[in-house]
Amino acid sequence: MRRVAITGAGVISAMGKTAGEFWANLAAGRSGIRTIKTCDTSMLRFKNGAEYTEFTHEPYFSDKQVDYLDRFAQFAVIAAREAVVQSGVTWTDDLRERTGIVTGSCTGGQITEDLGFRDIYEFKRNRIHPLSIPKVMGNAGASQISMEYGIVGPAYTVTTACSSSAHAFGQAYWLVRNGVVDFAITGGSEAPFSYAFLKSWEAMRVVSPDTCRPFSADRTGMVLGEGAAMFTLEPLEDAVARGAEIIGEISGFGMSADASHITVPNPKGAARAMRAAMADASIRPEQVGYVNAHGTATRANDISETLALKDTFGEHLKRLPVSSTKSMHGHGLGAAGALEAAATVMALQHGILPPTMNYREPDPECDMDVIPNVSREAKVEYALSNSFAFGGLNAVLAFRNPLVRG
Amino acid sequence: MPDEITERVLHVIADAQRLPPEKVTVDKTFQELGIDSMDGVSLLFALENEFDINIPDEAAKSIRSVQDMVDGVKAILAHGGTLPHAAETPAEPDAKEPSAKEPNEGAPVA
Repeated sequence: MRRVAITGAGVISAMGKTAGEFWANLAAGRSGIRTIKTCDTSMLRFKNGAEYTEFTHEPYFSDKQVDYLDRFAQFAVIAAREAVVQSGVTWTDDLRERTGIVTGSCTGGQITEDLGFRDIYEFKRNRIHPLSIPKVMGNAGASQISMEYGIVGPAYTVTTACSSSAHAFGQAYWLVRNGVVDFAITGGSEAPFSYAFLKSWEAMRVVSPDTCRPFSADRTGMVLGEGAAMFTLEPLEDAVARGAEIIGEISGFGMSADASHITVPNPKGAARAMRAAMADASIRPEQVGYVNAHGTATRANDISETLALKDTFGEHLKRLPVSSTKSMHGHGLGAAGALEAAATVMALQHGILPPTMNYREPDPECDMDVIPNVSREAKVEYALSNSFAFGGLNAVLAFRNPLVRG
Repeated sequence: MPDEITERVLHVIADAQRLPPEKVTVDKTFQELGIDSMDGVSLLFALENEFDINIPDEAAKSIRSVQDMVDGVKAILAHGGTLPHAAETPAEPDAKEPSAKEPNEGAPVA
């Protein structure tokens, strides 16, 4: 089985327009959570989100191109472009046939759908824009990326709620590892800020009226976020041979289902997915030096995830830092797995573990080293990134810094 | 003989949970009625519709029994349909650093 390197990363989010800005803000503990401006929040119980408020399409797409792209697909293409540029890959017809694309998204072009349906239901128009379907479909990100580069290999989109882009990343990893493709573009994107969608989240009573405080005793729920993160993957041997910059290594992917409750997480399912990821990476729990938690800051997740981590790591958890970067980039839903993969890969690459921000009060039910409020220098070889979705679908990625010897 | 509000709350619970009405009495806990946390949230929705009230999230967190629900509904009705709570006054996101409205470009990383 081939080792798989990560040779490019692109991120666009409330934390900035590039991967570099994303990382700089993560390491400095600068949160992207702010007052939501793209929707009228006067009738919402929450007002805040990790919204990239200043985003405009002009630097990236012509007006004509953007006619075809919902915000979520714009984010996907922008992030993919950054990753591809960083990878320095040279496209040949052969490579285009041997490249795969696997993206993740929860709701696809739901902003476009929302606007179009309002035309029909609210304004009683008798027609809707003919590009509605191609803009709304969840695979729009993958399709547009394939068109951007002429990629004709396997390309598809995975949707598993909050685990979508983690599942996507894992699938892309296995495609490369198993020799189905020699190059892959993977990640996820989400643009959730439309009024009725926010109302739907409000109705679940899991969204915080102030900010995202994972693992803090006084946490009041999650905060939604938008954006995209995309990566280029290729066999480590090939990357080394062509002199590519190796920014990290994807070394394991584990999945499980809770089979328990449609919204409440089950620690057994989460533990099973973490063990599966470590088994896939052929590592022992003691070799893991950092965990990027799912850490949504809901009462349910943070307790369940702590139990799962205790079950999985036992005594080692006392020495294992676990942080939630949702405290800064929010809950990116279908993009969450990818944003957190970026945080984890960059943490290993730079030797700095990002903090859990907004942490005020230890919770005895979440008694872990959560790297509170300030990032920490640490040379770590292996890290896990957790995603535990609604519907009990869990995905865990194991990353490695190949330059660190454990 | 339960008052009208109590009757209506019991009816909403029985209806939403598809329970025989005689099972839903004011002395029951949610656990006894097989009502889990997601069911609880759905019941709040049904009560908000039934009484045309707004039940804030904080109130939602402490409701564990039929009596809690009846008391909560009565309290809200007495307050004119809603209760003041933190979410109605917009709270600025808490951040140690200034809010990241312009994320720092090219900030040096250790």
